[in-house]
Amino acid sequence: MKRWTLSLCAALLLGASTASWSADAQPLADDPVVEARLVGIAEELRCLVCQNESLAGSRADLAEDLRREIRTLIRQGKTDAEVMDFLVSRYGDFVRYRPPVKPTTYLLWGGPFVLLAAGLAGLVVFLRRRTPPDAVALTAEEQQRAAALLNENKNA
Amino acid sequence: MKKFFLVPLGLFAVLAVFLAVGLNRDPHEVPSPLIGKPAPVFSLPRLEAEAAGQAFGPQEMRGKVWMLNVWATWCGPCRQEHPVLVDFAKAKLVPIVGLNYKDQKAEAQRWLTEFGNPYVATAVDADGRVGIDYGVYGVPETYLIDKTGAIRFKQIGPLTAEVLQKKVIPMIKELQS
Repeated sequence: MKRWTLSLCAALLLGASTASWSADAQPLADDPVVEARLVGIAEELRCLVCQNESLAGSRADLAEDLRREIRTLIRQGKTDAEVMDFLVSRYGDFVRYRPPVKPTTYLLWGGPFVLLAAGLAGLVVFLRRRTPPDAVALTAEEQQRAAALLNENKNA
Repeated sequence: MKKFFLVPLGLFAVLAVFLAVGLNRDPHEVPSPLIGKPAPVFSLPRLEAEAAGQAFGPQEMRGKVWMLNVWATWCGPCRQEHPVLVDFAKAKLVPIVGLNYKDQKAEAQRWLTEFGNPYVATAVDADGRVGIDYGVYGVPETYLIDKTGAIRFKQIGPLTAEVLQKKVIPMIKELQS
């Protein structure tokens, strides 16, 4: 009998705690899957009002509206790429922190590698042109003097 | 060998030019991808008390060159822009349509009676959804739309007499001809 009451109490407690859990989570996100996807997408996007903040982190009014819009799109079953397209078609590539590779951004993406290649080429040319200091040939007279000095050392 | 000294100097000059150009550009002016594209369709209730129950949509302006001005009473630069718009409307070059963005209806109506109404119609975008379709991110913004319904020009921030004279009016004349 005692054991039975104990387990009932435990069950009630457990039930109560799970209930309060879900009640607490409600206002934050009614669907954690949607919210996780929203954060994933919004981290990649720039808030146009405060441009150094991502859409996920910004508290600007427009950012809130756009997050609401993205939530609706996700619920409609749109893929991440489709949601991105929705925003890019309205605000341009600038909303993306990682701009797409296309003719207008070739320089942006390729520029650093071009500079690296140019730097390496410059280095090679510089090293090749440099005359090594030890390649200076000795005259016959200097050779004799050198030999004499070396011999002197040996005899001592 | 002496030429090598010119390389860093040249690189510095290039860098300086890039930085100078970059510093003189306004990062808040993001080029709109909507230029040349059809103006997004919408149907929104009108603000004017006398037009209660009526809706406005851009499709009504087909065949006309017209201007869509996004404004709100909470927007400081809009107040600065408003007299410019009232003046411009008097010239009757193009019809100006207002898009009252995320605003209180009563306050917006009071604004128009107090400061004058340059708009042939004002649509109420209470939740800002149409604003999103138009890529609005900083009020005021103004769109110039041609006879076929395509967006041809977008002004981010307030219109000034100078912008109107130098850019907008020549463009309107070209689009109307």
